Amino acid sequence: MLEIKNLHVKLEEEDKVILKGVDLTVEAGKVHAIMGPNGSGKSTLSYVLSGRGGYEVTGGSATLDGAELLDMEPEERAAAGLFLAFQYPVEIPGVGNMTFLRTAVNAQRKARGEPEVSAAEFLKLVRAQAKLLNIDAEMLKRPVNVGFSGGEKKRNEILQMAMLEPRMCILDETDSGLDVDAMRLVADGVNALRDGKRGFLVITHYQRLLDHIKPDVVHIMADGRIIKTGGPELAREVEENGYADILAEVQ
Amino acid sequence: MAAPKPRSDLRAELTAARLAALDLPQGGFTAPARADALARLQAMGLPTRRDEYWKYTDPTALTAADASPAAVLVDAEAPVFEAIDRLKIVFVDGVFDAAASDDLSLEGLEISRLAEAGDIHWAQGLYGTLEAKGQIPVARPLAVLNSAAATDGVLIRVTGRVSKPVELIYRHMSEASDAILHHFVKIEPQADVTVLESGPGASRFNTVMEVDLGAHASFHHIRVQGRDHHRRAVTHVFARIASEATFKSFTLTMNGALTRNEAVLDIVGDHATAHIAGATVGDAKTVPFHQDDTVFVTHAGTHCESRQVFKKVLKNGATGVFQGKILVKPGAQKTDGYQISQALLLDGDSQFLAKPELEIYADDVKCSHGSTSGAIDDTALFYLRSRGVPLAEAQALLVLSFLGDAIAEIEDADIAEAITARLEAWLARRR
Ligand SMILES: Nc1ncnc2c1ncn2[C@@H]1O[C@H](COP(=O)(O)OP(=O)(O)O)[C@@H](O)[C@H]1O
Ligand SMILES: [Mg+2]
Repeated sequence: MLEIKNLHVKLEEEDKVILKGVDLTVEAGKVHAIMGPNGSGKSTLSYVLSGRGGYEVTGGSATLDGAELLDMEPEERAAAGLFLAFQYPVEIPGVGNMTFLRTAVNAQRKARGEPEVSAAEFLKLVRAQAKLLNIDAEMLKRPVNVGFSGGEKKRNEILQMAMLEPRMCILDETDSGLDVDAMRLVADGVNALRDGKRGFLVITHYQRLLDHIKPDVVHIMADGRIIKTGGPELAREVEENGYADILAEVQ
Repeated sequence: MAAPKPRSDLRAELTAARLAALDLPQGGFTAPARADALARLQAMGLPTRRDEYWKYTDPTALTAADASPAAVLVDAEAPVFEAIDRLKIVFVDGVFDAAASDDLSLEGLEISRLAEAGDIHWAQGLYGTLEAKGQIPVARPLAVLNSAAATDGVLIRVTGRVSKPVELIYRHMSEASDAILHHFVKIEPQADVTVLESGPGASRFNTVMEVDLGAHASFHHIRVQGRDHHRRAVTHVFARIASEATFKSFTLTMNGALTRNEAVLDIVGDHATAHIAGATVGDAKTVPFHQDDTVFVTHAGTHCESRQVFKKVLKNGATGVFQGKILVKPGAQKTDGYQISQALLLDGDSQFLAKPELEIYADDVKCSHGSTSGAIDDTALFYLRSRGVPLAEAQALLVLSFLGDAIAEIEDADIAEAITARLEAWLARRR
C-alpha cells in the first residue's frame, strides 16, 4: 500500500542530507514499526511523506496505492488517505478543536466527492470517539491543542485519526511523554482502527508502545537508512541491548 | 524668486480653504460650543504630514477643501447587525433618513438629533467639551473641525438599563458625498447602553462620538466601517469614564483607501475599566489601503484597568498604523494597563508601522505593551493542510485565529458572531 523506494532527502536551505536511500513497503492491514536513535531521520521521513516544506527530495519515490505522494499537496495526500500523528502537535489559538475537526473531515469528503456530514451527525461521531479516548467535552470546545497537556495533545491526534479514517496512518513518537494509562488509551485507539485493510507506520523509541500495538514488522533506522528489518523480536533486542550492537553488526 | 512660505502660513491657508468650503451651521444650543471650536481650529490649524502625530498617515485627503469621489459599493451582503434586535437610526451620506429609521424612542434613554435640538437641551454645556479636553496634550484638529461643522448627529441620554442596542447606520449613496456627524452619549450613573455603528457614511466621513460615563455606568460600542474601497474616514471617540464604570469599544475595518480611528479615553474615577479593540483587514490589490488606529488612554484614578487590543491583517501592499499610548498620572496607583498591537503580513509588500508608548508617573502600577508583525505560521499551516484542509481555507482559518483576541473583546456572543461572519465572507471573496 505504502511503497517508499530509494528515497533521498536533503534540507532545502542547507546542504545537509538527511535520508540516504530509504526503502520500505507497508502492506495493507499491516503494522510496521520504525525504531532508531535520535536524529536518524524518522521524523523527516514522516514529514516528507506528508508534504511538509523545507525538504528537497533528491531521488526516489513514495506511492500510496500506486499514486505518487511526492507530487501532491499536503491536503491532497490527506484526501488520498495519508495521516500523520505529529511528534509535536501544533497549537492553534482561536480555532476551536471541534471546528477544526469538522472542517478537516468535510474538506476531505469534498475532495473525494462525498457529501458533507451534518453538524448533528458529526457531533454524535466525535462524542463517541472522544469518549473512547477519555477526551472530555471541554477539550473539544477549546482551541486546538492550546493549554492541552502532552498526553491530551497525543490523544487529540488519535481522535483526529479516528475521525478522518485514513488508509495509511503514520504515528511519530505518539508514546513520548505519555504515562502508562495514557499510553494504553492511545494504543487502544490505534488498535480499534486495525481493520485488516488499514496500514500503520509506528515510529517509536521504546518497546513499551509495541507491547500494546503489536507490530508485524520492525525496522531499525540509523543515519538516514533502514539498516535492519525483522519481526517483533527485533524491538525486544533493542530494548535489552540498545542500538550499539545492531549498529556495530551492520558496519 | 519668492522665498518658500513658512509652514504656519501653509497651515493657515489649508485651514481657511477647508472652512471656506463648508456651510457652518448657525444657531441652536450648540452655537457657543461651535464658535469656541471654530476659534480653536483657527488657532491650531489643520494637520499636515509634517506633524509628528501624522508621521505615518498623510492627512491631505482628510483636510482638503473638497472630498475625492468614492465609488459606491454595490453590496449583496445583508446588513451586518440584521439578526440583532436594535433601534435603527439611518443617515444617508450624512443626512438623516426618517423613513428608514425607527421611531426614536426606547425605554431607558432619550434620543434627539443634533440638527433639531433647538435652543435648550440637556447636552448644552456638554457638546464639544470632551473633544476640547481631548486636545491636550496632543492636538486633534479634525475633531475640532467636526465640533465646529457637524451638520447632524444624535444626542443620547441613558437613564436606565436599555433593552436593546441603538444602531447608527451610515449609508453611502453618492460618490461626491462629504459628511460630518457629531454624537454625544451621556450615560447616567448605573445606566447601561450598547451603541452599534455600521457603514461607510460618505465618500469622506468625519465622525466624533463623545461618551460621558457616570459612576457604575456601562457602555458597549461595536462599529463596522463600510467596505467601500475608495472611501476615506476620520473618526474620534472621546470618553470620560467615572468610578466603577465600564467602557468597551470594538471596531472592524475592512477596506477603505484611508481610515484614521482615534480614541481618547480619560479614566477619571477609581476601579473603572476601559477596553478598546480593533480588527482590520486590508487588501491593497486594486485600491490602496491605509488604516490607522491612534489611541490615548489616560489613567487618573486608582485601581483601574485598561486594555488595547489591535490586530491587522494586511495584504498586497496594504499599510497598517498603530499609535497607542498609556499615560498614568501621578497618584493613579494600582493601574493595570495593557496594550498589544499585531499585524499579520500576508506578503512582503505590506507594512505595519507601530508606535507604542507608556508614560508613567505612579510607582505602584502594572503596565505592559507589545507589538509584533509577522507572516502566517508555516507549521500551523502545514498542520491544517496535513488534515486535508485546502491551502486557502487553512490560511483563512489562521487569519481568523490571529484576529481572535480582538474579537474576543466583544462581550455579546451574537454580535461577535456577526463580526466573525463578516470576516469569513471577506476572506472567502479572496480565495
Ligand atoms: N528542518 C530542519 N532543519 C535543520 N535540521 C533538520 C531539520 N529537519 C531535520 N533536521 C536534522 O535532520 C536529522 C534527522 O532529524 P529527525 O528526522 O528529526 O530525526 P529523528 O526523528 O529520527 O530523531 C537531525 O540531525 C536533525 O537535526
Ligand atoms: Mg523525531
